Amino acid sequence: MRKNLRTLEARKASPFLVSISAVFLGIIAGSVFILLIGKNPFVGFEKILFGALSSSRRIGNTLGMSTQLVLIGLSVAFAFKTGLFNIGASGQMLMGGITGSIVAYYLPMDMPRVLYLPILVITAGLAGALWGFISGFLKAKFNVHEVVSTIMLNWIAYWIVYDFIPRFIIDPTISVKSKPIPLEHTLRAEWLRSLTGFSTLNYGFFLAVIMTVVVWFILTKTTLGFSLKAVGSNRFCAEYAGIKVSSSIMISMAVAGALSGLAGATYYCGYSEIMEMGKMPNEGFDGIAVALLGNCSPVGVFFAAVFFGILKMGKGSLAATGIPTEIADTIIATVIYFTATNVILANFWNERFRKSFSRKEEAVLAAMKANGDTRSPGELSQDEFRKLSREGRKEVK
Amino acid sequence: MEFWSVVTTIIPSAVAYTMPILMGALGGLYSERSGVTNLCIEGLMLFGCFASAATIVKLQAIPGFSYSLAIVLGIVVAMASSALLSLLHAFASINLKSNQVISGTAINMLSTAVTLFLAQTITGSGNITIVRGIIRSDVPVLSHIPLLGPLFFSRTYWTTWICLVLWGLSWFLLYRTSFGLRLRACGEHPSAVASAGVNVHRMRYIGVIASGLLSGLGGACILVTYAGEYNAGSGINGLGFLAIAALIFGQWKPLGILGSTFFFGLCMTIANMGKVFSVFQNIPAGYLGMFPYVATLVALILSSRKSAAPLASGEPF
Repeated sequence: MRKNLRTLEARKASPFLVSISAVFLGIIAGSVFILLIGKNPFVGFEKILFGALSSSRRIGNTLGMSTQLVLIGLSVAFAFKTGLFNIGASGQMLMGGITGSIVAYYLPMDMPRVLYLPILVITAGLAGALWGFISGFLKAKFNVHEVVSTIMLNWIAYWIVYDFIPRFIIDPTISVKSKPIPLEHTLRAEWLRSLTGFSTLNYGFFLAVIMTVVVWFILTKTTLGFSLKAVGSNRFCAEYAGIKVSSSIMISMAVAGALSGLAGATYYCGYSEIMEMGKMPNEGFDGIAVALLGNCSPVGVFFAAVFFGILKMGKGSLAATGIPTEIADTIIATVIYFTATNVILANFWNERFRKSFSRKEEAVLAAMKANGDTRSPGELSQDEFRKLSREGRKEVK
Repeated sequence: MEFWSVVTTIIPSAVAYTMPILMGALGGLYSERSGVTNLCIEGLMLFGCFASAATIVKLQAIPGFSYSLAIVLGIVVAMASSALLSLLHAFASINLKSNQVISGTAINMLSTAVTLFLAQTITGSGNITIVRGIIRSDVPVLSHIPLLGPLFFSRTYWTTWICLVLWGLSWFLLYRTSFGLRLRACGEHPSAVASAGVNVHRMRYIGVIASGLLSGLGGACILVTYAGEYNAGSGINGLGFLAIAALIFGQWKPLGILGSTFFFGLCMTIANMGKVFSVFQNIPAGYLGMFPYVATLVALILSSRKSAAPLASGEPF
């Protein structure tokens, strides 16, 4: 009976549909910008797809680029579930990156990789976790808004990196960059490189896949995940139910920071092998976009990250067409604006579903009248409803 | 005596650094007092900075066109375009009742991307350098006052005085008029104001647009006073977020934000000019650069506990 009732109402717009609509509108906005500067948008998008996916090497690079977006997207999404907005992913990533780079520089070269890689990844994750924890601590104990504190911590991390590179890992020939990490000490793997024509794809990608599963598991299958989500949806209710709100906030920010720290390790010790002084990574902000587009679900985040990876990797091929490569970032920003204003999109689709449903309802009533069926429409099963609406459509005509 | 010369160099620069932050924070004050959380001050200021740079460069390239008039027009265009951009935030957060923090972040990203995109199409390199900014001048009479004269009235930019006048006017508007009372009430208890017959949505639109106008002015000030160049790579270096921090540190009050923005302006000046003075020469550049942000965090820790944030800020109505 319940099943029947559920089918006999108009469909609601799913988060997936809303996200896809936002992407669609973002692409339209991008096309308008390209048209405004007098270029052909189709050529532009063709170039982006070509640049991102046309060979095994390019696909490898796209996945290599997506790796940190997945991890940062997970970081932002995880904090979001506890009602926290982590825009400090850039800083946490820098802290993870600088720690990883220092570890890579100072650990002995003859150390077995099975031992070395976990140390690299874990120290980087811990550094990021510390950076995230600071914001969580300040929020829980001193009521400092996490948005402002994470931004301040971003800049503090930026200057720490600025200070640490010359102090510990400077490249004497180029004095604004760190010394390149030798290949054996990066996350890159020989077999992945030969498989994808020496692309940037590295072990980090598998780390990202594993973390996607881990985050999904924590959020949906554990008590910790449940209490974090409870704090996110109503902190007063959670407090009343006996969940420790302030420690939840600290844990959530620490985990989010750890995920961004891992992103730092995959970015600076895998995707690239150097760190530059005075450079704030954009990935922190792109990660917000990824999390929002993926509706903060781990699987959604993964695919959103790959989509943005395609845009960001493919934009390099735009140079020949005279379209500024920033068009990719414009599209991403527009997509986020439409995701933020998802009410419009959801209303649009709900309205359409409602109209099509009432049309079907009319058809069913007409068909039942024609058949001499005396039941009330509420008693129909899903299949009957569908069949009758098809029949009735002819009747109405 | 060296100390005095350091002070007379730092203070005027600090005043110049303060004004953009003050305008951003004042914009945030209007918006948050009306009940709309505004995290896109950074994006609005950046957009203002870019818009004024583009306008001034185009106008100053016209032979015979007065440089000063170009600057004035550039500032006006900056305010108008930032106000337009802020409408996007207003629409999303007032009419659509969407999450204001996300909408603000989206505006920030949009502003960064669009300004980069346009700057690339205008100049190719993405950097826009104006021929000249505002020439500093002494205030007549006042600059001869001993002690205060050299600190606050010598070699000043005229925009500084406009910003201060706007600050004073805002204080009067918000605290001495019925309009101000209504605007502030919209941020505390919108349903009460609505039941008194005030259009809450309109008041909030006014708050957000005011924040756009003021942030645009702030962004233009950066360009025409100390920067002289719109740099696509570094943007405005997080000044807009600093303005939000100043707003919180200043407890959402005009006098408070004047004090807190001057404090941040001073920190930024010390960080940027530190190398010039022998007093700071032994401190590594990283520590100096970090200083304003650490100071902000400490200030926030001290001031956030008994937060006086408008009650309904961030709540859709």
